[in-house]
Amino acid sequence: MTSSTQRREDISASRVPGREEPYLVVEDLSVKFPTADGLVQAVSDLSYTVEQGKTLGIVGESGSGKSVSSMAVLGLHDMRRTYMDGSIRVGGTEVVGLDESKLRRLRGADVAMIFQDALAALHPFYKVGSQLSEAYLAHHPSASRRDARAKAIEMLDRVGIPQPDRRIYDYSHQFSGGMRQRAMIAMALVNDPKLLIADEPTTALDVTVQAQILDLLQDLQRDFGSAVIIITHDLGVVAEMADDVLVMYGGRAVEYGTCKQILSQPMMPYTWGLLESVPELDSDPTQRLLPIAGTPPSLLSPPSGCPFHPRCRFRDHVPGDLCVTQLPDLEPPLDSPDRLKRCHIKDTAAVLKTDLVPSEA
Amino acid sequence: MLGYIIRRLISAVLVVIITSMLVFALFFYGPSNPGQALCSSNRCTPERVENINKALGFNDPVTTQYAEWAKGVFAGRTVDFGGAPIDCPAPCFGVSYQDRVPVTETLSERFPATLSLAIGGSFIFLPLGLVLGVLAARKRGTSIDRGLVGSSLILSSIPYYLVGLMAYLYIVVFWGLLPSSDYNPITENPWKWFTGLLLPWIILGIYNSTAYARFSRGSMLESLGEDYVRTARAKGLTERRIVVKHALRAAIVPVLTIFGLDFAGLLAGTVFTEYIFSINGIGRTALLAINNQDFPIIAATVLVAAAFVVLANLVVDILYSVVDPRVRLT
Repeated sequence: MTSSTQRREDISASRVPGREEPYLVVEDLSVKFPTADGLVQAVSDLSYTVEQGKTLGIVGESGSGKSVSSMAVLGLHDMRRTYMDGSIRVGGTEVVGLDESKLRRLRGADVAMIFQDALAALHPFYKVGSQLSEAYLAHHPSASRRDARAKAIEMLDRVGIPQPDRRIYDYSHQFSGGMRQRAMIAMALVNDPKLLIADEPTTALDVTVQAQILDLLQDLQRDFGSAVIIITHDLGVVAEMADDVLVMYGGRAVEYGTCKQILSQPMMPYTWGLLESVPELDSDPTQRLLPIAGTPPSLLSPPSGCPFHPRCRFRDHVPGDLCVTQLPDLEPPLDSPDRLKRCHIKDTAAVLKTDLVPSEA
Repeated sequence: MLGYIIRRLISAVLVVIITSMLVFALFFYGPSNPGQALCSSNRCTPERVENINKALGFNDPVTTQYAEWAKGVFAGRTVDFGGAPIDCPAPCFGVSYQDRVPVTETLSERFPATLSLAIGGSFIFLPLGLVLGVLAARKRGTSIDRGLVGSSLILSSIPYYLVGLMAYLYIVVFWGLLPSSDYNPITENPWKWFTGLLLPWIILGIYNSTAYARFSRGSMLESLGEDYVRTARAKGLTERRIVVKHALRAAIVPVLTIFGLDFAGLLAGTVFTEYIFSINGIGRTALLAINNQDFPIIAATVLVAAAFVVLANLVVDILYSVVDPRVRLT
């Protein structure tokens, strides 16, 4: 338990003291699902914060716990089949263990979520406009249906859907992929949420539409001033959107820092692997991309020690079998007190310089 | 839409026509001897059988008999059993060998009983099955869920006629909780109609609800796991609204499909229910006709069943396009 208290202090230390608490504070969050095969440890001891007006990018492979942890912020897990530990505070309100009716008032009002596949996430049997109005009416019970419809039209207009007064009568299958995602965003923003969680908002879209949607999200964030969490496995999205980046692996935070820090000076072998597997515009087109060898860890029986050790190419920089036996703490690396990494390699900057940069050149 | 319906109706008519041919072929090429059957109540001689066969045209080729029968359907005909000729106006599906009454008359007289049974039973098993199914899905994995699924499996693994007979024995005969069941036309005495059918409705309803409960449970579990239900929850809707408006709305579609076909099956005659509870409907009539080799009635009941099933399919498809905006009938 001492190590987790340690981590909590680390994260708060990176913030300016004396200021009020960030809008979202996640502390030592663990999410576990009991299944027939055993306990799935989807998220373990996760801590992060997001301030108003800031964007946090959460990066990781499938099964790294990024979606599970953010769904926990809205209390979307079925609590009869979920063990949740730790603390999630939204605007000062503790969400873990909050009763259902209070959670309901939070969902869609203070915290809204954009889902990955808008075709599946919008109801196929209801008109887009009525789904937007429904979201508005859920938190404005005194509003009339006419107000709600006007609001739906306004929001569709806001996200750049042409002829919104006609499109509200369409069903989601009559929208194109990009339009559907815009409608999804409009629905999330209909109650001016203070925190917006975008779970892979552009993964299902083609590249040009993806850029439009990201621009739209940035514009809207500027207008609404909300805190944004963007969950993605696409480092390009992170580079464009995020102020801070949290890298997750096997249900744990493995690196945390500003976007610039993570992308230009990554300090952890998993992040190196992520960056190496992305092509660069000015790189040699014949050069092969380097995928991370192996597969994501089983959450049923996580590897001992560092969860990344079975796939790590840099274990010879760590003395003994520390990687296999001991989970590294999430702690500031040498000379960079304002960021966090989870790796036994003491001087990662040196390893980065000697082992990685030459091989790329 | 209209073009679609017309095309489907034409194919429905074709299906019924082909069915009628098959029934004819099966009966007359099969091991049947209607002349013998008709004669069996009297002292029978081969000459008498031969006379009957001649009078009713049983010796004619099957195609000729079919043509004669088909002519009757559209134009009506006169059937002569060797006594006074019986007039059978169109649509004439033949005259019953047994009681010498046009089949159309018999069936239209028996149909209200079957219709009453089917509608009343559906009013019980459809809502009951849905409610139990939704409840089990919501309480998935709990003792309520297991209890519901378990008892539904146990009940539906007991043969229906046994359940019906036991219910009749205990509820009517031993305990006298309900009056003995029978059918009284609603137009004559609505109260007697109601009380006479109450027991068969309950038995039919409860027994059939087990299948509907399991089916709606599965459908509901599937839709509760859909992304759009998660979206509804993330919007901050009440649990009730999430379950009813978002999950159930989608889950009910496949249940209605099955119901459409089941209802057609019920209209074609609920043989056991009618037999056990002595209700003179289509099912009981068909059963007796088979025992008596009363071909005109057999053929007509099969055709009625075929027509209902084909029509129910059409209605279900049209309903599909109403409930699911993604479905377009072309």
